[in-house]
Amino acid sequence: MFLQQLINGIALGSTYALIALGYTMVYGIITLINFAHGEIYMVGAFVGLYATTILKVNYLVAILIAMVVCMLLGMFIERIAYRPLRKSSRLSALISAIGVSIFLSTLAQMLFGANAKGYPEGVFPVKQITIGSAEISTLQLLIIAISALLMISLEFIVHKTKIGKAMRATSEDYNTAALMGINVNMVISFTFALGSSLAAAGGVLVGLLFNAVSFNMGLMAGLKAFAAAVLGGIGSIPGAMLGGLLLGVTEVAGVAFGFSSYRDAIAFAILVLVLLVKPTGLLGRKIQKKV
Amino acid sequence: MADFLQQQLGYINPYYLQIIVNIGIGIILALALNVVTGLTGQLSLGHAAFMSIGAFTSAVITIKFGIPFTYNLLLTGFITAAVAALIGLPILRLTGDYLAICTLGFAEIVKVLFLNLDITNKALGLSVPAANTTIPMPVVVWIVVLLTIVSVTCIHNSRFGRALMAVRGDEIAAEAMGINVTRYKVQSFAIGAFIAGVGGGLYAHFMGYINPSDFGFLKSVDILSMVVLGGLGSITGSVIGATILSAAPEFLRFMANYRMLVYGCLLVCMMIFRPNGLMGGISFTDIVLRTLGRKPRLKIIMEQKKSGT
Repeated sequence: MFLQQLINGIALGSTYALIALGYTMVYGIITLINFAHGEIYMVGAFVGLYATTILKVNYLVAILIAMVVCMLLGMFIERIAYRPLRKSSRLSALISAIGVSIFLSTLAQMLFGANAKGYPEGVFPVKQITIGSAEISTLQLLIIAISALLMISLEFIVHKTKIGKAMRATSEDYNTAALMGINVNMVISFTFALGSSLAAAGGVLVGLLFNAVSFNMGLMAGLKAFAAAVLGGIGSIPGAMLGGLLLGVTEVAGVAFGFSSYRDAIAFAILVLVLLVKPTGLLGRKIQKKV
Repeated sequence: MADFLQQQLGYINPYYLQIIVNIGIGIILALALNVVTGLTGQLSLGHAAFMSIGAFTSAVITIKFGIPFTYNLLLTGFITAAVAALIGLPILRLTGDYLAICTLGFAEIVKVLFLNLDITNKALGLSVPAANTTIPMPVVVWIVVLLTIVSVTCIHNSRFGRALMAVRGDEIAAEAMGINVTRYKVQSFAIGAFIAGVGGGLYAHFMGYINPSDFGFLKSVDILSMVVLGGLGSITGSVIGATILSAAPEFLRFMANYRMLVYGCLLVCMMIFRPNGLMGGISFTDIVLRTLGRKPRLKIIMEQKKSGT
């Protein structure tokens, strides 16, 4: 029973981690909480859905298509809604992000209707594999495998490539990075693209897992993923991964113990607790406030 | 007197009456958020939670005790303010983005809680009986609106208001100047919650039916849009913003589906092109004084300074 819930939690948590990575990277680089990130995840899920139903492609290709579309969407949003506000106060940027989020989710509601849509049968044939006392479905294995693959690739990009070095430099100190000759605008666009593509993959995977894609899945998932990012330490990439997994496991554990109607509140309770007790999160750096 | 008012109101088209009352409630809520976000600079994305607490508290008081409406509203306001002070004490240590997300989380927790409690009738929502007052509802609402405008104006011009503005400007500098930042933040949060709670109570009794899902994130965004449109920190701005955004859906019925699209665009465009809002930087008293032919007070002082007297 415990193992089963652990597996369920890790599968769910991996999807939260994918979304949380986008939040944490954007926050690390321009200290903005990208409210619209949840909506990008939702768009990714829809693109994956239509790729499998209309274009009738393989699920892996669908994930790739969703990632590319959301990459472009993320970069577009950054260009339109956040870049003009880079010199303004944080409050302005945050309100702008909320505006984008509202816009996208309403647009999705208008385009795709208010009902939840499901993936067609046979996109991913689900089989159950028994490990000890627990059963793991091939879908959960796929989620964990793809999430792990994407996270390892992200770590590689951030630590072993030149653009990754530029990303780390920009998140360290934005102005100095510009002085060092880094094209900061391009780095920020790249960060948004990376984060959005991960969220899109998460969206397709969650769509497959719960077999429900609807216009309002972005808000809840976005907030929960943000809670995960804060739990792990906002600005820290390993923190987002850890936070996502922990949040997934905690939520599943909460439901298993009978709190299923308070399911959504668990994530927020964790968020509030973390912010009150240790705002820098589990793996976050201590931020010195300069006066 | 109450019958006289009722008779007068009978002449007005009920549809327009409803719009007027909605505008009134919108103004109350916008002013509530303005005290917290505009005056003190603390972005609160969960203000609908206080409206919700106020609505349900007021409804339950009417159902269980049936006390006169004035006392009902006062009690509701105090209870909501007490909850806000309790929540605010730990939460208001955070700044900026974190506070915003925390308030959002708190609002969601409140919503989920109300959806699961028996006293609020779980997900079915509460049917609210008529308020225990002889004065017709629209008049009550607008009396409260006037009282709120007067009180918030008094707060703006008082020592307390100036302290809040100092906190908005720079918290560390304010602390260095001897302002107990946490205390003032919690107090402003409580005031904002009091007003929102009263607004919620009025909303509950006017609508006749409340459901916890009505007071979610979208409602908070509604209120935030009113304040942002009018201008953060501007009282006239909140009034104008609330009026426009409460009345517009009625006159733009054909655009009903696009309403949230417009709100989203509105927020983004306002931030990019006019972050101070419609009334940002413009003082209403200046306009009034100018039309009366007198110079605004600050100008006189500034001119004296320039000429060296």
